[in-house]
Amino acid sequence: MNKTLIERIFGPKAWAALAVFAAITLILVPILNLAVPESSVFHMPTYWVTLIAKIMCYAIVALAMDLVWGYTGILSLGHGIFFALGGYAMGMYLMRAIGHDGNYQSDLPDFMVFLNWKTLPWYWEGTQHFLWALLLVILVPGLLALIFGFFAFRSRIKGVYFSIITQALTFATMLLFFRNETGFGGNNGFTDFKRILGYHITSPITRVVLFVLTAAFLIGFLLLARYIVTSKLGRVLAAIRDAETRVMFSGYNPLPYKLFIWVMSAVICAIAGALFVPQVGIINPSEMSPANSIEIAIWVAVGGRGSLIGPLIGAGLINGVKSWFTMAFPEYWLFFLGLIFVLVTLYLPRGVLGEARALLQKRGERP
Amino acid sequence: MTSSRTSSRSRLASQIIHSALFLLILCAAPLALAKPSPALILKLAAGDNDAKVEALNAIAGSADPEALPLLQALGNDALKVVDGKQVLIVDGDKVTDAVTGATLPALPENAEDVVTNNRVTLALQDAFAALDLTSPDRKTRFEAVKKLQDAPDEAIVPLLDKAQKIEKDPQILDMLRMTQAAAQLHNKDKAVRMAAIETLGTSDDAAMKQLLAGLLDKDGDKFKEPDESVRLAAQNGINAISSRLRRGEWLGSIFTGISLGSILLLAALGLAITYGLMGVINMAHGELIMIGAYATYVTQNVIHAHFPGLIEFYPLFALPVAFLTSGLIGVLMERLVIKHLYGRPLETLLATWGISLILIQTVRTFFGAQNVLVENPQWLSGGIQVMSNLILPWNRLAIILFAALVVIGMTLILTKTRLGLFVRAVTQNRQMASCVGVATPRIDTVAFGLGAGIAGLAGCALSQVTNVGPDLGQGYIVDSFMVVVLGGVGQLSGTIYAALGLGILNKFLEGWAGAVLAKIAVLVFIIVFIQKRPQGLFAIKGRFVDA
Repeated sequence: MNKTLIERIFGPKAWAALAVFAAITLILVPILNLAVPESSVFHMPTYWVTLIAKIMCYAIVALAMDLVWGYTGILSLGHGIFFALGGYAMGMYLMRAIGHDGNYQSDLPDFMVFLNWKTLPWYWEGTQHFLWALLLVILVPGLLALIFGFFAFRSRIKGVYFSIITQALTFATMLLFFRNETGFGGNNGFTDFKRILGYHITSPITRVVLFVLTAAFLIGFLLLARYIVTSKLGRVLAAIRDAETRVMFSGYNPLPYKLFIWVMSAVICAIAGALFVPQVGIINPSEMSPANSIEIAIWVAVGGRGSLIGPLIGAGLINGVKSWFTMAFPEYWLFFLGLIFVLVTLYLPRGVLGEARALLQKRGERP
Repeated sequence: MTSSRTSSRSRLASQIIHSALFLLILCAAPLALAKPSPALILKLAAGDNDAKVEALNAIAGSADPEALPLLQALGNDALKVVDGKQVLIVDGDKVTDAVTGATLPALPENAEDVVTNNRVTLALQDAFAALDLTSPDRKTRFEAVKKLQDAPDEAIVPLLDKAQKIEKDPQILDMLRMTQAAAQLHNKDKAVRMAAIETLGTSDDAAMKQLLAGLLDKDGDKFKEPDESVRLAAQNGINAISSRLRRGEWLGSIFTGISLGSILLLAALGLAITYGLMGVINMAHGELIMIGAYATYVTQNVIHAHFPGLIEFYPLFALPVAFLTSGLIGVLMERLVIKHLYGRPLETLLATWGISLILIQTVRTFFGAQNVLVENPQWLSGGIQVMSNLILPWNRLAIILFAALVVIGMTLILTKTRLGLFVRAVTQNRQMASCVGVATPRIDTVAFGLGAGIAGLAGCALSQVTNVGPDLGQGYIVDSFMVVVLGGVGQLSGTIYAALGLGILNKFLEGWAGAVLAKIAVLVFIIVFIQKRPQGLFAIKGRFVDA
């Protein structure tokens, strides 16, 4: 069933949809934002560009989550940690790029001056180089995922046990980052960025470039995910999800497979975080709160697990609704989100996409 | 400030005089109760600041209650001096001669104020404290000794001697002895110094350690204390106090660890039962704890409004209310949501998380986002002072006791009742239990309700030690999950050992590395631990492929 699902998603219609999406995000939006004059009805405000880019970052996270949960059956309640670490790595570069334009006009980031620190901690070495920061974006979350995953999967922790431990991991790291002494700005995290690679960070051109980059990464990761799940590796992953013990009895060791997809997912998340921070302009420890990580799971559940497009739809839907809800009636958002959690798990086990497809199939079967 | 003290002082004055006389008769101690001598009064009123301090110390040392009006007058700027000879006390329109006690018709023209500086004020306060030492009120005496302890002065040694003779309370007596020893630390006589050091060495107070350490200080390159054997004795005394202090700290860590452990135990017990039984993790468990705490809050308010006489015992009424409220919500959750997700533990986790969001927002809507005030009844506030640096608060002790009672109750239910039998059977093998006629869905509902009810009890207990707010549950949920992971499921003993172990480990690491690093260390410890025992401390042995 899995195979046919994939074939259908990436049938001619899906490819066409992807091409349309690529055309809109890579060509149309930049033109509407930059080339169309502001007075025109067709002008797209920068606010919208940033909002959509933000949601696309979330969609990348949802895709990463889907790889481990939807295709391998590992529910992580701590994916926020990878997202945040990627964001923090990028944030370190952006903080250094502020240079002497901070409030204290010091070599050090403002919060360090405030703490009366005289030198940069060792882990800030080299972060003024963009490329080193990019390397950190991938290395730090990747290594953390590798070490944590190795120990967790080796002792065959799975199911709710694994979920709970990932939650504890992100919770503990959040506490660590809340401390001022950790050297990442404590409660406030990083903010007040000025420029990236010499370009002003809030200028429309930078925004559009970041937007296009985000869209490109989203499309790229979608294709990569498709490649992974349709490969032989992907079959093993799905087999692990459906019956891990049987996979072991057939002579496979699930450890390297699970570890690979786990680290891959973490790195994708981290890149999403690195794209997120320059556009939103802030990163703080609350990104690691257990509630944020659990919300990722509901994006995937709403869209439909085990399909590649579903999580993207889910992330878009929930975050779109959230943007509107928190402006219109903020006090009811938690009720609404809670209800989504309950109702989706009860009545939409296959997600919006899965249910829609099942409905279409039923109609198609009728003469 | 002065005026409020005046009224309480004057009320006290008559009490002090009465009780002092009474005690004197009682002890038949031949203590002379002379008024302060005219020379002393004159020194106090007309002397320079040094003389004033000296006079005050002398008055303090004599512990003469008759000096009280004089001291009060000094404190209230009501003391006047005429020509540097006559000392007058002004009280409203009444003017009295401090030496003769004669009443004067009016204040003489040339009467001058007695000027005091900061040092004199401090000495005056000590003198007041010294006079308070003979108060019949235990608390007043206690406070007085405490005050004198801060600045021990040799001048008050006779006073302390006197006070020790009439003091009956062992704790205050001990404090008096310590203060006296502290005051004699710089006595000229070596034997007195040695005796004082020996007395201080038996203390368990860090302040006394400081005093002894003062003897070892150097003045230039000469020791302040000339005699080597005295210095040696002081060093020994310091060591003895240090080791006693360390023991106090150590015992304190164990106590707070057990206290935290019993809170974790209460929080995790219900979670462990439902996880063992149904294999689902209830993410709303923390919110059920929070509901229990709010149920306590409501009970407190209702009793306060309608049965004010019972307010002291409101926690006892709150317990069943909290149990039933949380239990009922638990039963509803199970019936409406969890039952339909049977066999899908990960979805259950998400659904219960959704329920927890709804519960938090509901409480916020009804009670507001701020913390609400749950007060300790009188019998749960305060504590037992075991050592100078170790106080065992009653509310913490009560929670430890309560947790023990809940565990005993759960053990009895699980081992002695029919319901317990069924719960254990379903936990061990659901299909088999179902085959022999156990109504597993009903057992699920009842057990889930029971687990939720225990969460309510935990909330009631927590309301006595922490702030009650909508986010109360969130703070405990991760920790209680860790207890379940570490303890394994199916047996209560695993949960008990894991909760107490984690509590104590956490507190020890906290003292050593700070709260956040302790939490992280505990998490690393758990991850390493389950490398060896993936099923937790105690797992039921079975032959399941996917245990």
